[in-house]
Amino acid sequence: MKLADSSCYTGRSNGYATGPNVRLLFGTVFALAIAAMAGLGATWMALTRGSAYGGVTIGAWTGWPKNGTSGIDPYARAMVSRTGELPVGSGDGVAFYARTDDAGQPLDGRCDVLLSGTTPQARFWTLTLYDPEGRLVANSAQRQGFTSQEIVRNADGSFDVLVGPRARPGNWLPTGGVDKYLLVLRLYDTPIGMASRTGSEAPMPALTKRACL
Amino acid sequence: MIRLALWLLGALVLAGIVHLTTVLLLPRMATQDAYARVAAIAPVNSVIPIPAPTPEKALMPFMDPAFQVSVCRYDLSRGALKFSVPISQAYTSVSFYTRSDVAYYAINDRAAGRRVIELDLMTAAQRAALPENEEITAADRLIVTSPTSTGLIVIRALAAEVGWVPAVRTALASAQCRPQ
Repeated sequence: MKLADSSCYTGRSNGYATGPNVRLLFGTVFALAIAAMAGLGATWMALTRGSAYGGVTIGAWTGWPKNGTSGIDPYARAMVSRTGELPVGSGDGVAFYARTDDAGQPLDGRCDVLLSGTTPQARFWTLTLYDPEGRLVANSAQRQGFTSQEIVRNADGSFDVLVGPRARPGNWLPTGGVDKYLLVLRLYDTPIGMASRTGSEAPMPALTKRACL
Repeated sequence: MIRLALWLLGALVLAGIVHLTTVLLLPRMATQDAYARVAAIAPVNSVIPIPAPTPEKALMPFMDPAFQVSVCRYDLSRGALKFSVPISQAYTSVSFYTRSDVAYYAINDRAAGRRVIELDLMTAAQRAALPENEEITAADRLIVTSPTSTGLIVIRALAAEVGWVPAVRTALASAQCRPQ
């Protein structure tokens, strides 16, 4: 035991004895410090940038249908408590979040992004633009989103929404020029849920980046 | 080296424990969770409209601006609650959350199948204490069992177009949540 004075402590042995007790003290302090930093760091990371488990990802969109049930996982619970939001109950609907376009580029409010296609079957849906903290974004048109009733559709029932900083004819969703935003598509009264494995086949609108300012 | 590796291993195990403990305890420690935010503006056992979210101000993050929302912050410790809300023209849903913001039940107007969503909210103990004969008549009334004695009932009604807002607000204004 005494011989195994590990090299990492030799620097501290100037002047006073590095007996087993001192080594134990250093070791304990070192271990506790690492434990506190790594443990709290992991929690912080998981709750701020991590996305909870059990998500259904379709293209750029991810939804967590389980978060609207009592089967919500502990990470999602902690995240919800931290942000102060209320998850959409599973008997009500499902929310899908997009933070990037289909190519994986983060959504930038200074660029035009075309959202086009159709949504999975739902009685109503809403599309809303938020900043990363979940606040609505101020803009001159006072528009923060569209509902399935308001949207102007193409002849085949699909729709195009231009998400960008400058006014456009048709369905224009203003970004207010913010550098980061996210889109939330909420499907209300929908068969899409945790019970359905059809999630991956459900049609979600494509997000394609166009020109930037 | 072995000693250092052992200390590191110990540190990592401890770090794991710290991580799991904080994640599990956070919902109980949070002071700005949705329940706390609602509690700041809503008295117990009454239906209160939540102001629509704006870019400057919103009670909670990620609120859907297409919806008008009312809440009932309930406390079942004195007895069960009767809840009712007339459905509005487009879409109305009622979601139930525990004290720690877990959505344990949600129902929408179509599932309710009537012009009014009506139900009784009670704890498991109160439900077990229901008299036998009431259990029979309970077949045609909806009973929701809350896992916690306090929590939130959130009523959401869609105003799919701006012009619908007043009618939707009127429907929500006659929602009731009162002790039996």
